[in-house]
Amino acid sequence: MAGTGTEAPASTQKPVGAQARSEERAAAPHTAVPGAASNRIGEALKDAAVAGFLAGVLGFFFIGLRTDLAPGGLDIRSRWTAWLVSILVVFAVRLALNLFVFKTDRPLGRGLGARLSGLAVAPPGAGKWLMRALFVFALVLPFFFTTFFPGRDRQFIDLAILIMTYVMLGWGLNIVVGLAGLLDLGYVAFYAVGAYSFALLAQYFEIGFWTALPLAGILAAFWGMILGFPVLRLRGDYLAIVTLAFGEIIRIVLLNWYQFTGGPNGISGIPRPTFFGLELNGSDDGMAAFFGFEHDPIHRFIFLYYIIFGLALLTNLVTIRLRKLPIGRAWEALREDEIACRSLGINTRNTKLTAFAIGAMFGGFAGSFFATRQGFISPESFTFLESAMILAIVVLGGLGSQIGVALASVVMIGGIEMLRNLGFLTQIFGAGFDPVQYRMLIFGLAMVLIMVWKPRGLVSTREPTAALKEKKRIGADLVAQGEGH
Amino acid sequence: MEYFLQQLINGLTLGSIYGLIAIGYTMVYGIIGMINFAHGDIFMIGAFISLAVFLVLTSVLGFAFLPVVLLIVIIVAMLFTSAWGWTVERIAYRPLRGSFRLAPLITAIGMSIVLSNFVQITQGARVKPLPPQIPGGVTLIRANTEAGTMVVQLSYMQMIIIVTTVVLMAGFTLLINRTPLGRAQRACEQDRKMAALLGVDVDRTISLTFVMGAALAAVAGFMFLLLYGVIDFYIGFVAGVKAFTAAVLGGIGSLPGAMLGGLLIGLIEVFWSGYFSVEYKDVAAFSILAIVLIFLPSGLLGKPEVEKV
Repeated sequence: MAGTGTEAPASTQKPVGAQARSEERAAAPHTAVPGAASNRIGEALKDAAVAGFLAGVLGFFFIGLRTDLAPGGLDIRSRWTAWLVSILVVFAVRLALNLFVFKTDRPLGRGLGARLSGLAVAPPGAGKWLMRALFVFALVLPFFFTTFFPGRDRQFIDLAILIMTYVMLGWGLNIVVGLAGLLDLGYVAFYAVGAYSFALLAQYFEIGFWTALPLAGILAAFWGMILGFPVLRLRGDYLAIVTLAFGEIIRIVLLNWYQFTGGPNGISGIPRPTFFGLELNGSDDGMAAFFGFEHDPIHRFIFLYYIIFGLALLTNLVTIRLRKLPIGRAWEALREDEIACRSLGINTRNTKLTAFAIGAMFGGFAGSFFATRQGFISPESFTFLESAMILAIVVLGGLGSQIGVALASVVMIGGIEMLRNLGFLTQIFGAGFDPVQYRMLIFGLAMVLIMVWKPRGLVSTREPTAALKEKKRIGADLVAQGEGH
Repeated sequence: MEYFLQQLINGLTLGSIYGLIAIGYTMVYGIIGMINFAHGDIFMIGAFISLAVFLVLTSVLGFAFLPVVLLIVIIVAMLFTSAWGWTVERIAYRPLRGSFRLAPLITAIGMSIVLSNFVQITQGARVKPLPPQIPGGVTLIRANTEAGTMVVQLSYMQMIIIVTTVVLMAGFTLLINRTPLGRAQRACEQDRKMAALLGVDVDRTISLTFVMGAALAAVAGFMFLLLYGVIDFYIGFVAGVKAFTAAVLGGIGSLPGAMLGGLLIGLIEVFWSGYFSVEYKDVAAFSILAIVLIFLPSGLLGKPEVEKV
């Protein structure tokens, strides 16, 4: 069964990986023999049949049968039609893939791939122009939506705020994972620290958003150092699992410390941000009244959007500047080779701690923004899934690439939120079909597929930080990022 | 004292389940050096398949003789869960073999999300309760104290769980140490390229490792179902993280280590909830993990990693 796959036969084990292998296959001359076509179709059919059989086996107890609560215990129902349909779908998809992508002389994917890679090796300025265009669009985004989609502007701006939050979180985590090469699976802990710092400060000391923001950042950075200190000696996956454990510990403590954090009920009534002391509401001393224009609830969303946009820009600028400073160089050196780093006299302890602290600080900023935007927080929002999503955005975007992180969060977060709007599908699949249910399933599948398609992330080439005479782009194969040592 | 003994028995039972899951993590980590994040969800899949088979056998086909039912459930669940393990490896990990290290970690997290949501959609999000199936037990100690009569009981279910775990562990140790497959696995663990050169089918060996891990996870899932009587689509994450903690604690890559780590985590959890607080039992387990890793970075039984420059 192992040999029925899409790759080269199982015995040709090469250490270079799928990307190199597929490139090799693409480069190899086609030795198509006359009469091989029918053979190929037969093979494709056989392979699809195996895939269908496997789908039947896997789905038997999940799609074919369903256990349900019934009076007097559990009841089991059968859904054989759904089961057969799922087998047929897998068979058909696999057959189509076999015939048109995997096993033909001219796979459809190759033309597309060539065009896409042509895009990737486009003139070096293209990336910069894309970045500028995206920046300008992000700058005018609220007005774009209020002008062109007046009916749904609130929804779109809210989505933009959400995406921008993840862009910021991704950039913050990028410092830890992408630059310093420390695999952190508990980043959400700092997000939570930021959110709870602001919420608790507001609750106990009645501190406003703008005062609490730097405090939340400092507290998160402090926690980054506290959590970073014990794990200094760990590397790679051990580091990952301990950071994951810390993230869970913080969540469990927030969940169980009723007296202080409110436990599972969370904290509500978190104050909204003000514009230089003016509140954004329709009251007499609100911003609208002060400047003498009509109040509209949308103003609050636009204001929030610009806050998170500014915070994200700050993250980006700090990261870009830090990369040029000795500390940024030290981070990247640490990522490439820790032993070489130490023998060159770099203090790896301080380097790691600053990476943790600065990454955590931005997580803290994002967290207090999250708190003020929602007005309510509870430990529910800070689960491991959140950490996984942020890490997925960083890795899918291409580790260390700022624009890649932005693209990945637009694709992933925008994508899953768009699934909420697919109400028309209920007309096709019947009333019981709810696309929102499939959101996370599709999100997970997208994570897997994008990674298999582009293991180095969406933006896999790098601008060198330092260069002699002229800057040459560094290809994906030379980027040894995230090796974790 | 009686309370302590009872908690010890409970801890060993829970630890056996963690140990069985931890073996799947440790074998995969040993052979390809990645955290198979989806393994906890494979365990959950195993629990759901066990439940379905059990219900089909008892309520649809009307089998009543419990030992036969249990045996059939275990075998069917192992077979079907293995298919899941194989498929996950085939879809998410094999295309990325030899790619950079974070890539399979991300696909593993993605697969974990896919599996739990798939089960949520197809089986519903509500918990599935199964009433206790194996009643009774052996009373070890009956002591009269001021607080009343303390009874230390070893239930038949706990006996079944512990005995099955011991049998499976013994079988697995033999498999790894004595059979050609085990030899191929150890060879791949040491040097994959060299093993391939010497005629070991590396892809097949890795696939079989996943299959074996999944089969053990299925047994663990069934036992979890019997022990707690409640499963839902989310049990995979928590159990998976704890089992991975157990594998790391015991020294990742080492089979006896995984079992030892599993037992320790089970004991820590049970004693902590018995003597201190139930809410913070996970905090206790994770803190122990952090402390062990800081002072003993290669775990209890793991080989220290030699760093070559």
